[in-house]
Amino acid sequence: MEEENESGVVKKFMYVNRKAPYGTIYALEVLEMVLISAAFDQDVHMAFLDDGVYEIKKGHTPKGVGMKNFSPTYRALEGYDIEKLYVEKESLEERGLTEDDLLVPVEVMSRADLAKLMSEMDVVLTA
Amino acid sequence: MSTLHTVNKSPFERSNLDSCLGHVVAGDSIILIEDAVYAALSGTSVTARMADAAKQFRICVLGPDLQARGMDTGAVIDGITVVDYGGFVDLAAESRVVNAWL
Amino acid sequence: MKFAILVNEGPYNHQASDSAYQFVKAALEKGHEIFRVFFYYDGVLNATKYAEPPQDDRNVGKNWAALAESHKLDLVVCVAAGLRRGIVDDSLAPGFRISGLGQLIEAGIQADRLVAFGD
Repeated sequence: MEEENESGVVKKFMYVNRKAPYGTIYALEVLEMVLISAAFDQDVHMAFLDDGVYEIKKGHTPKGVGMKNFSPTYRALEGYDIEKLYVEKESLEERGLTEDDLLVPVEVMSRADLAKLMSEMDVVLTA
Repeated sequence: MSTLHTVNKSPFERSNLDSCLGHVVAGDSIILIEDAVYAALSGTSVTARMADAAKQFRICVLGPDLQARGMDTGAVIDGITVVDYGGFVDLAAESRVVNAWL
Repeated sequence: MKFAILVNEGPYNHQASDSAYQFVKAALEKGHEIFRVFFYYDGVLNATKYAEPPQDDRNVGKNWAALAESHKLDLVVCVAAGLRRGIVDDSLAPGFRISGLGQLIEAGIQADRLVAFGD
């Protein structure tokens, strides 16, 4: 899915995921944005912090609530060359989670390091 | 180069402001809009924290949102600047990126 | 300066669309360019022509449409988010158009600042 990006401009996009899945639609619909920005050949980063870390928790089984399981999409991101996934260490710890609870390979980084990385972005979109 | 962080949730109900304050870096600005304007007022449980943050970062609050909620601009914490929508636009233009803490 | 605007919430439940509207008006008054206003998530509901709020309240969708007409704004509703919520070409108020999410990414690339309003 190559889109036209006639300008040739490559910006650093960061999608900041702060919200838990299923309770609201943000986690699901932001993935659409992420995939499209990859199609525009942008430098895509995804950050998971606060309740956003729950989005990539292993074992989502929403059958009983009658909703679609969209978590396999996170595993498909690699196929779109979206490999810059960052998880905030403090957010994991606050929620009693570890890297082993996550369904995709990520880079765990401190809040301070994530803040620094965020400050280097050209476009930041929080969902 | 700096970021303008926008926060729109009351600090008494949601963690958006906390999260924002945990991720601001030197040179950044914060604007409190919508329900976040309650964080800009003196005499609350978050006043000390905000007064301290205002010494490190430029913090502004949207006047029309304060007025809409019947809050007195005179009660805004020293060091926090009241701006109108035009001031909000100026802050966005002066910063390199706008990061909304939704 | 070129601004792009993202509206993530529908009208009335949230102030997001009102805040975005006030920001856009102020930016235009200062002589800035609004490259595009993109409506995503429940924000697509701003585009319905069927909204009829009480007469003593503002009409959020009509306000956007009027501003679009007077300033030639590009108001774009996400096709996928719109389909999910019943916002299709037939339900659009004047001034809005439906297109793909690529229009948002393009706005992020082309504009100097992307400013998001949401919940």
